[in-house]
Amino acid sequence: MEILTIGLLLGATYALIAMGLNLQYGVARIMNLANGEMLVAGAFGAFWVFTAQKVSPYVALLFVVPAAFGLNWLIYRTLLRPLVRRAKNRGMLEVDSILATFGMSFVFVGIMLMAFGGDYFSYSYLAEPFVIFGSPYGLNKVVAFVAAAAICGLLYLGLNKTRTGMAIRAVAVDPAAAGLAGIDVPKMSTFAFALGGAVTAGGGIMLSTFLTLDASIGVVFTMKALIIVIMGGVGDVRGAIIASLILGLAETAVASLIDPGLTLAAAYLLFVLVLLFRPQGLFGRRPS
Amino acid sequence: MRRRSVLQLAIAGAFLGALSLNTAYAADAIKIGAVGPKTGPLAGGAAVTHWPNFKLWATQVNARGGLKMKGGKRRKVEIIEYDDRTNPGETIKAVERLATRDKADFIAAPYGTGLTLASAPVFAKHGYPQIAVAAITDKVPELTKRYPGIFFTLGNTTAFADSVVSILLKMRADGTIGSNVAMVNVADAFGIELAESARPIFKKAGFNIVYDKSYPLGTQDLSTIVKGAKATNPDAFVAWSYPPDTFGLTAQAKIENFKVKAFYTAVATAFPVYAGKFGKSIEGVLGAGGVNPDSPAMKAYRAAHKKITGKTADYWASPVTYAALQTLGQAIEAVGSTDRKAVTAYLKKGTFKTVMGTWKFNNQVIDQFWTVGQWQKGVFYGVTSTGASGAKPVVAKTGW
Amino acid sequence: MTRREIRNTILAVIAFAILPWLPFLKDSGYLMSLAIPIAMYTVLATSWALFSGPTHYISLATAAFYGVGAYVVAGGIGVVPYAVLVLLAGVAGAILAALVGLATLRLSGVYFVIFTLGLAEMVRQLVTWVQNNFTGSRGLYVLTDITERIIYWELLVLAALVYLIGWIVNRSRLGFAMRIIGNDELVAAHVGIHSARAKVILFVISGIFAAVVGAVMAPRFTYIEPSLAFSPELSFQVVIMALLGGVHRLWGPLVGVIPFTLLWEVIAASFPTQTVLLLGVAFLLIVYFIPQGVVGLIESLMRRAGIGRGSGDG
Repeated sequence: MEILTIGLLLGATYALIAMGLNLQYGVARIMNLANGEMLVAGAFGAFWVFTAQKVSPYVALLFVVPAAFGLNWLIYRTLLRPLVRRAKNRGMLEVDSILATFGMSFVFVGIMLMAFGGDYFSYSYLAEPFVIFGSPYGLNKVVAFVAAAAICGLLYLGLNKTRTGMAIRAVAVDPAAAGLAGIDVPKMSTFAFALGGAVTAGGGIMLSTFLTLDASIGVVFTMKALIIVIMGGVGDVRGAIIASLILGLAETAVASLIDPGLTLAAAYLLFVLVLLFRPQGLFGRRPS
Repeated sequence: MRRRSVLQLAIAGAFLGALSLNTAYAADAIKIGAVGPKTGPLAGGAAVTHWPNFKLWATQVNARGGLKMKGGKRRKVEIIEYDDRTNPGETIKAVERLATRDKADFIAAPYGTGLTLASAPVFAKHGYPQIAVAAITDKVPELTKRYPGIFFTLGNTTAFADSVVSILLKMRADGTIGSNVAMVNVADAFGIELAESARPIFKKAGFNIVYDKSYPLGTQDLSTIVKGAKATNPDAFVAWSYPPDTFGLTAQAKIENFKVKAFYTAVATAFPVYAGKFGKSIEGVLGAGGVNPDSPAMKAYRAAHKKITGKTADYWASPVTYAALQTLGQAIEAVGSTDRKAVTAYLKKGTFKTVMGTWKFNNQVIDQFWTVGQWQKGVFYGVTSTGASGAKPVVAKTGW
Repeated sequence: MTRREIRNTILAVIAFAILPWLPFLKDSGYLMSLAIPIAMYTVLATSWALFSGPTHYISLATAAFYGVGAYVVAGGIGVVPYAVLVLLAGVAGAILAALVGLATLRLSGVYFVIFTLGLAEMVRQLVTWVQNNFTGSRGLYVLTDITERIIYWELLVLAALVYLIGWIVNRSRLGFAMRIIGNDELVAAHVGIHSARAKVILFVISGIFAAVVGAVMAPRFTYIEPSLAFSPELSFQVVIMALLGGVHRLWGPLVGVIPFTLLWEVIAASFPTQTVLLLGVAFLLIVYFIPQGVVGLIESLMRRAGIGRGSGDG
């Protein structure tokens, strides 16, 4: 029972890390290697709100999330659209976006270093025990779980039940065809990229209540997000959600029953196995 | 398309021209090179321990006119910094750059065992003394033989593990704790070495290691580990951990209300962020390092550190980094010049007054160092060392 | 041999005749601290491009082979002669690369990229776990008398080897097969090319080189930490330098590695407090203004100057 709860809580953490990238890559086709830095930036916003302004870090959601949306909108339009325009095919865009976002991640780390230095930043908020089935868990993690569920739920509903969502999904499946169907592909891509960035920054805020971060740690989160997005299959929100939960549960099970030293090895093994048997990921489309 | 090519050529040309870029230094200043991580995995620790001390030391030295040379003239010091991005290849490049291009008079040791050892051959090749601080290794005798200019100040792996065991022995003898120990370590070189060193020492002292697990570097969720350790009902919990996991383990222990009378986490327990995050819960937590905060020199150091750099020093390697700089400065003044060979020779036999007490290198090693500290009433006191004075008695941890 | 090939060969011979003398220059320390990373990345990037150039598959597994090579040396130093360890590293790299290559056959595009990344990380976790539970601090220290010069010459030898093998492959049926596979796998299958075998062979070759480079570099770092030996940054840098140089020529990665390394050095030396920021900016400038890679840039300049002729292989 404990394994299940811890695993789900961890899965929620992973979902918060990966959902943004899922949107950015799935729809806008940008393999955003600077994703982790956006998470750290959001987290620092929460830290600042809590320590300098002495209010709940969740207040940061009010201004960090819209700011992240705007910033990512700008990034897509100015830095990434030229790449999209000049890419002759999807493969080229992927390569170019890897190169460009790699450079971007360096730039973001540099900016954050100048803005708040290289020190670790960490605070405790809602770190009281919250009892589930007789065992204590951090309340902040439970809140993060709820937030993750809410974000995933909203995204799923938004993508499947609204017209905009349908347009976004169409672009994710086939941008050319979507364009022919009258969908404003560049606008949808920009929107998806911006939304992805906002989700990531929001996730960072939730995670900052219990994780310790610094300006350089973004890359760890980017790598995790990449694994989850690909394992889940590109283009479908459900894939990333399921993959996050599976990884969270698997890592926790391995830590409890086998050896905590093998958690990440098991996670990567699971990732490798999934792709060996389903090369398109759990919910991905077979490449034509 | 012509404009594009011209632009490309222009960029190329600018960069080639910039290759001969040279910054102007104050005339006649003693150049001290400082390499270390400003970005990368070790940047968080270096930001607290490594970088502020250079600013502090240089400001203080220059405030009194500089270091005194033979003949009474004073020369100011100038710090030349480079970011090695926690990449040993970059550290090597930066040290070479400092030695050959910048013609630094002296170079401070990098931050981190791996980076210090990777650059040791370069220091040795150019004849620079290397007063290592953030480098803990068990190969000290072999390394001092190989590199006659290297000095170790923070201790070695075995002494570290030994001290934690000795603290637990004391607590057991007092009847505070029993013989069951839960031990975890981060699966990186540091944690692996310490855990390996500690196992036989625990065994010989009659302790039972009831939980002995490692966790990967970068693990974000430590709840299973703490729950697993708690389930074995240990009397003491020892974690050979790095900053992010130190925080994670402590947070989890608090939530679980992990009732151990001895709780030890290694790196970053002595960081100000630790106290900031956990507030009163830190009371009684044991960690790597420690100082004697009541000594007047230490008090002055901490005050000056806060005033000049705006940051709070940690209670472990910060003052040692500062002491290493003090030692270098005193050696330069004793020799009266920047003759590296003479300074290295003096470092080996001289006596130095530092914020950590009196230092005298024994075979290029400082034998007296603090190994275990404990938070008591908001201050991290050294509770055991290898011969330093002023150890405070250790107290039991009573809840979170 | 075409004129282009003759010209390239002469240039290569001259280069390999001059380069070994670099360490003997006065005050060569700084130069060597640049020459060694350049040589290392050239070998890594060129061997990477042997596979990824024709197939267009981007592999991020370089760090796994490199780390395994470093660990073979770190684990066996003192017990087994160094030269034997380097060979063993190559063997280990070959085995690992064969396994990885076979595992990735059904994957394509970005799935392949991230799969190799995940696999590399899995290898790292397993090696670290074994070290933590079995070998302990054995395999952490590599204290040898191998000097920088020796490492540099070893890397030059490896570079010569990688160019030789690349040249041979290009002219062979394997190279021909790879080019067809790279253009259209379906056609290749129809023509009877065993694409799986071809891909795995090339992947193994690049894996062997990466592992041997790791073994060669281990003595330079003295302290082999898992996080530094298996650093994903290495994989990314190799990919980026090869792509920026251009993967469609054998000498492409070389002209990516050299300016890249020099540029980074200039930035690191001139802007110590904003190093990373400016590295990123420079990087972005390169990506945006030199989209065809340095090879493309050089060839278009040469075309404009009237040297050489359009396209062709080399």
